[in-house]
Amino acid sequence: MKRAESVLVPLGAMLAGLLVFGVFCALLGVNPLGVYASLYKAGFGSWYSWQNTLVRASPLLLCGLCTSLPARAGIIVIGNEGAVVLGGMGAIAIGLSTTTLAPWLSLTMMVAAAMVCGGLWIAASVALQHYRGVSAVISGLLLNYLAIALMSQLIEGPMRDPSSLNNPATYPLPGDHRLPYFAGTHVHYGLIFGVIACLLAWFLVERTTFGFAMKISGGNLRAARLAGLPVGRLVVIAGFLGGAAAGIAGMVEVSAVHGRANEALNAGYGYVGILVAFLSRQNPLVVVVVSLLVGGLLASGGMLQRAHDLPDSTISVLQGILFLFILLSETVYGRLRLLKASPDAATV
Amino acid sequence: MLLQSDSSGLGIWGVGVAIAGGALRGSIPYMFVSLGECLTEKSGKINLGMEGVLLMGAMTAFAVSDLTGSPWLGVLAAAMVGLLLGGLHAWLTQQPAVNDVAAGIAMIVFGSGLAFFFGKRFVAPMAPQLPLVNLGGWSNTPAVQSALRISPLFFIGIGAGFFLHWVFKQTRWGRQIRAAGDDPQAARALGISVNTVRFVAIMAGGALAAVGGAHLTLYFPGIWSEGISGGQGLMAVALVIFAKWSPRRCLAAALLFGGAQALGPSLQSLGINGFYYIFNASPYLLTLAVMLATCSPNRSLAGMPGALGRK
Repeated sequence: MKRAESVLVPLGAMLAGLLVFGVFCALLGVNPLGVYASLYKAGFGSWYSWQNTLVRASPLLLCGLCTSLPARAGIIVIGNEGAVVLGGMGAIAIGLSTTTLAPWLSLTMMVAAAMVCGGLWIAASVALQHYRGVSAVISGLLLNYLAIALMSQLIEGPMRDPSSLNNPATYPLPGDHRLPYFAGTHVHYGLIFGVIACLLAWFLVERTTFGFAMKISGGNLRAARLAGLPVGRLVVIAGFLGGAAAGIAGMVEVSAVHGRANEALNAGYGYVGILVAFLSRQNPLVVVVVSLLVGGLLASGGMLQRAHDLPDSTISVLQGILFLFILLSETVYGRLRLLKASPDAATV
Repeated sequence: MLLQSDSSGLGIWGVGVAIAGGALRGSIPYMFVSLGECLTEKSGKINLGMEGVLLMGAMTAFAVSDLTGSPWLGVLAAAMVGLLLGGLHAWLTQQPAVNDVAAGIAMIVFGSGLAFFFGKRFVAPMAPQLPLVNLGGWSNTPAVQSALRISPLFFIGIGAGFFLHWVFKQTRWGRQIRAAGDDPQAARALGISVNTVRFVAIMAGGALAAVGGAHLTLYFPGIWSEGISGGQGLMAVALVIFAKWSPRRCLAAALLFGGAQALGPSLQSLGINGFYYIFNASPYLLTLAVMLATCSPNRSLAGMPGALGRK
């Protein structure tokens, strides 16, 4: 019953959110059914649109983990965007200095660099909350702005390719040092990274003692301390792993999508990742499904503009509405249980 | 920015004048948002979604000022939108099992999404701006003159700070808000409707923050862009902790942050361009430093409402 609830409630929340979004569209004089049809068509209507969805889903898989892993240890992380940006910058720095090495070696080193950069960034924010009492929500957002400033400084200063005039960028990676694409598609191997990371994260959380200890510190800090768990180390490692995942997302954007680092690294995947994590109720396996759905939504921005003359930020409105309904659905969990003639309902 | 060309003649003093001018100018959004957050938190709730309120305020003020030609109507409309968003936050956080922080994140996403959506339709080069108060007539130096051309919202913000201080200390309303924030159970026992008090405080706090947003678009250069708030709504939350939940200290902290914000542009006006982006990030660094200095994992913070963030 609990399992059914954990699927039905988020689905219901998403449907309710879509319904309210439809009302919003209708108020603006746009036919909501037409908008729904476009959302479906642009996200999942054809193999081509599936490819667009998958390209957007792969960074979301990794960014979703960045919030959901530390959340299991009891800390809300929203510094995903900064970890993506720095992961991408770390990856390009290593990638450009290893062009003489074999491509597979260079790519592996890029992934490692991205994991270290993103991981340390989020681990720092988590450590600040655990050891110094500075809310990770606030420090995370501040660190996002700092990471973006650092990126702008690097790509307009020391790392700039002088030939990139209007859109400052680093030098490009050589073609064979870029992350490859699945044959005949425009979907890159970053998708594999994302899916594997989610599976590993699920295994870590649900099947290992580390994950168990992590969940205890997330559920009841005092009990975890009494049980002698190294709570500080647990939450910081959880933060590091989440940040490492987001860092890989940056590496994938750099090495597969753009081939170099520029302002496009700061595309907002980190922020959408927070939504993905909350929608999936911090479960790494559900992150896979939700990333596909949300990836489809992101892919349909252009279609809404062409077919209904709605600005591409319409998708941001939909995201906001979905977020509100996901929160409201938290209250439903308790109430559904009340509806199911529970024994203690009679004693009230 | 405004002072770029005319402060260069003053050399290193130009930086001082530019930072002082920047503090008078840049402090206004911090002032309003931190006062709004202070009022909200005094009632025992956190509103992390001020960034969304700030953006909606900025967009609404710009749009209304552009459509009606009256910037003051823009400010009023922004305050109304702030009331509504505050009401939504208050309602959300009073639902069982909804925590303040998650609701705040949702309000950031929702508010900025709405602001970007409606903002796209108001791509005007410039909306009518608020008239400025000129206090620099005594000086012959153009840099000083332009630093002392001050938005009327500055004085309203200062007034609001002292007014809130008076409300908290001297009025029945203020005592009810503080009671709801410090010990809701005791407040209930005294017959105070905690939920109503919090609702009103959060809504009024939202309205204040949205007026801060109005300043962003109704002051030089008077344009609307999606990056206009730059995290100021969030920094204000840290600022309230720094100011120990006192409205008067919020004003001082806002001036400090406004000055930090002017550091990057004024160094650039001296021709120091090397670390432009890093200097521009100084308010974020300052906020982190302030949080590190004031927060502690064990003891509760000085001046913090007793029931902050709890149901």
